[in-house]
Amino acid sequence: MTEIIKRKKALSVSPLKASQTIGAALAFLGFRRAIPMLHGSQGCTAFGKVFFVRHFREPIPLQTTAMDQVTTVMGSEESVVEGLKTIAEKNQPMLLGVPTTGLSETQGSDVRMALKMFRDKYPQFDTIPVVPVSTPDYAGCLESGFAKAVEAIIKTTVPAAKEANTTPGRRQRQVNVLVNSSLTPGDLEELKEIIESFGLRAVVIPDLSDSLDGHLGEDEFSPLTIGGAEVSEMSTLGDAKATLVIGKSLQKAADTLQQLTGVPDYRFDHLMGLQAMDSFVDSLHRISEEPVPAKLERQRAQLQDAMLDSHFMLGMARFALAADPDHLVALSQMLEGVGAETVAAVAPVNSPALQQVASEKVKIGDLEDLEKMARAGGAEILITNSHGSESAERLGIPLLRAGFPQYDFLGGYQKTWIGYRGSRQTLFDLANLMLTLEKGEISPYRSIYAQKTDFREVTDEHSSTATTRGLHH
Amino acid sequence: MKQKDIAALLDEPACAHNKKSKSGCAKPKPGATAGGCAFDGAQIALLPIADVAHIVHGSIACAGSSWDNRGTRSSGSRLFRIGMTTDLTEQDVIMGRGEKRLFHAIKQAVDNYQPSAVFVYNTCVPALIGDDVEAVCRAAEEKWGTPVVPVDAAGFYGTKNLGNRIAGESMVKHVCGSREPDPLPEEAVREGVKVHDISLIGEYNIAGELWHVLPLLDELGLRVLCTLSGDARFREVQTMHRSSVNMMVCSKAMINVARKLQEAFGTPWFEGSFYGVRDVSQALRDFARVIDDEDLSQRTEALISREEARMDQLLEPWREKLRGRKVLLYTGGVKSWSVIAALQDLGMEVVATGTKKSTEEDKARIKELMGQDAVMLEEGNPRALINIVHGKNVDVLIAGGRNMYTALKARIPFLDINQEREFGYAGYQGMVELARQLVLTIESPVWPQVRSPAPWAVGASAAESTADQEVVA
Repeated sequence: MTEIIKRKKALSVSPLKASQTIGAALAFLGFRRAIPMLHGSQGCTAFGKVFFVRHFREPIPLQTTAMDQVTTVMGSEESVVEGLKTIAEKNQPMLLGVPTTGLSETQGSDVRMALKMFRDKYPQFDTIPVVPVSTPDYAGCLESGFAKAVEAIIKTTVPAAKEANTTPGRRQRQVNVLVNSSLTPGDLEELKEIIESFGLRAVVIPDLSDSLDGHLGEDEFSPLTIGGAEVSEMSTLGDAKATLVIGKSLQKAADTLQQLTGVPDYRFDHLMGLQAMDSFVDSLHRISEEPVPAKLERQRAQLQDAMLDSHFMLGMARFALAADPDHLVALSQMLEGVGAETVAAVAPVNSPALQQVASEKVKIGDLEDLEKMARAGGAEILITNSHGSESAERLGIPLLRAGFPQYDFLGGYQKTWIGYRGSRQTLFDLANLMLTLEKGEISPYRSIYAQKTDFREVTDEHSSTATTRGLHH
Repeated sequence: MKQKDIAALLDEPACAHNKKSKSGCAKPKPGATAGGCAFDGAQIALLPIADVAHIVHGSIACAGSSWDNRGTRSSGSRLFRIGMTTDLTEQDVIMGRGEKRLFHAIKQAVDNYQPSAVFVYNTCVPALIGDDVEAVCRAAEEKWGTPVVPVDAAGFYGTKNLGNRIAGESMVKHVCGSREPDPLPEEAVREGVKVHDISLIGEYNIAGELWHVLPLLDELGLRVLCTLSGDARFREVQTMHRSSVNMMVCSKAMINVARKLQEAFGTPWFEGSFYGVRDVSQALRDFARVIDDEDLSQRTEALISREEARMDQLLEPWREKLRGRKVLLYTGGVKSWSVIAALQDLGMEVVATGTKKSTEEDKARIKELMGQDAVMLEEGNPRALINIVHGKNVDVLIAGGRNMYTALKARIPFLDINQEREFGYAGYQGMVELARQLVLTIESPVWPQVRSPAPWAVGASAAESTADQEVVA
């Protein structure tokens, strides 16, 4: 049992949490010709936009209902209607998302009613799906907002099997893949490639690898997303052979899809490390009834070899991790698989998934908590987002960037962590970081009688606590 | 080098191998030989002398694939880490320009790096074409005013072992006795502590492990004039002739140095090891015994009982994890028995040990430690090692780095004991690191993962057997 230590202090210092609202926005960005319109003040959108622009180094379509003093007091439903109409008219999107914010939720804004008003008033936009989702930033975190949006999108765009006459397995080669927010566009590319190697066609929901993979397109400007999952395909999910679900945060979304379509689903906590991948690949093997491709067998053997080569460096190595719950589970379990120890684990919010974290305890908290735990546990490597760089510097240990945001680093969004290949590369990256620490190095000792004239003063202590390291593993 | 000089080096009266037909210095067998050449041995033996410019005179293969590849550490100068070679070209060989190039190479090293001395290692090609390396060294020394020492160790002269001896021979012949030791530093004089001068021969300060031992020697008032060659300086090697006792550490390789210093200066010597609690204590006692100083003996005993009690406490938690674990030790020479004692100190069982380079005396000690039925491996081809591992349920293989990947490919936990390793195991403190590294690999969770088949491979055979049952039913 992992012990969950709740938040006790009043002040959050160096926050780890990114809001539910932008998490929901991110999910909408994984659909083609989509745009999320945050229902709040314009700052809610402006900050969210900068957050993603810096992370992806891409233009990010994001709009706002721009609540002002008047609408905040007198009611903001009209703003929603007006905002929807403006975007629908100007950009003809295929999907419009309306995540709420702390402001609109506190006000008690009724987005469903606003949506009804919009439909009554502008029937010409009936074909454009509009998905409201309640994502106040005073609850949850980026991951839960993302999951809520996925669930809401499914509810809105996937017809029930009875209505649409869909039958599980009618499309023998199609699998639906629900993915959580911890998977990077690089991860999704790898995921699709693995699925396709079984002769299956993956419909990834949402598909950031098609929209925010950082490719140079033909068009000079687009007010909407330039790629992503096709909204039109949502009506075919009921015909798929199976649904694969990656991440505990998507439980409710998966339940919803299952209830609507009856398509059998296979749920996985994550896809990092040998064991997780083995069970995933085995499922694909059973779903497709195809043999596991030789290429994957080879990649598996390569990962095993990397585990052996890196276990000398990573065995008993001490890590400090801070990430959203699903992500924390994935990272900690992967590390556990090579004998490393997670001495500090921090998540921004509580979640049932945290029980799966491979660490004695998980703190619900911020990067200040992480820094304290890391220091107390003698962490040797920090894994968290770019905000961890100051902590890492103060701790004097290297930082491996993971999660959102990664603003001081190029290509974080395309790093592949999952699959046999991605896991292998991650192990190499971590082992190489360990090597830079010159672990086990013995401090030079100068004899009091030495005839040497060139002793090099070394102040940093590399080997001070070798005595007890790893004993608690 | 003349054939008779080589024969003289091979005839080592102090070496137990001399008394038996089969010896560690036997002729290598074409097609079935592992291990390095004489140049390799000579370079390994002397490279740790830190403030010397080590010039390899030859074509690129000798230096190119071996420079800066050793685990030895220096507390000061890092000159030894800089690879230097004359990199002879075809033109040099054909036109006989090797000597000239060497002469200028020495000047370049002296001018650019101001070394305390230059060592010139002769290799096969210049030896074959008849470069007079000794004459060039003499001329260079006269002309540039820096000591230049020839080390005539062409690869075809013989094995690595011979190379070690050639290296030792060069030191005795050209360096030892060329300077008197510094007077004792005033601040190092302590009341009631009489200082005795000693030298350590064959200690290479791998991963800085000498620094675990040196503080103990300081405490006892044993001034290490020189370590041949770990963390040594040229000016220290010059004073070796003044030590009152020499310890041959863990290696017969430079036994000729000990013998020749005894012949020339009457210095007594003994053989010992710094691996394992018992052996460290024994080595300290031997110093006191040979020096024959009653006060030193008393202080030595006091230090030993203090350190042994401390180690007992530090090692206990590790012993719990290691007790009863089985080890296959495959290493050469003195290590074949010195490490056995260290492992037994940890409660481990050594099921077999390699004795390829061990002397009769070494073997006698092995029997003393492991019992009369001790399994000794004369030949350690990888297949044979793996068979023993499986046959005897060995938990960990301890051997040199070159066997590491053999072990890993066979999915066998492994500990590197030779000179490329990253961790220091010598001295009392080194035992903790040894224990830690053993636990790290033995208890690593990677082993079950790399040994178990993929789930689909298991699934296939399970499905088959179910099918069989159905047929039967």
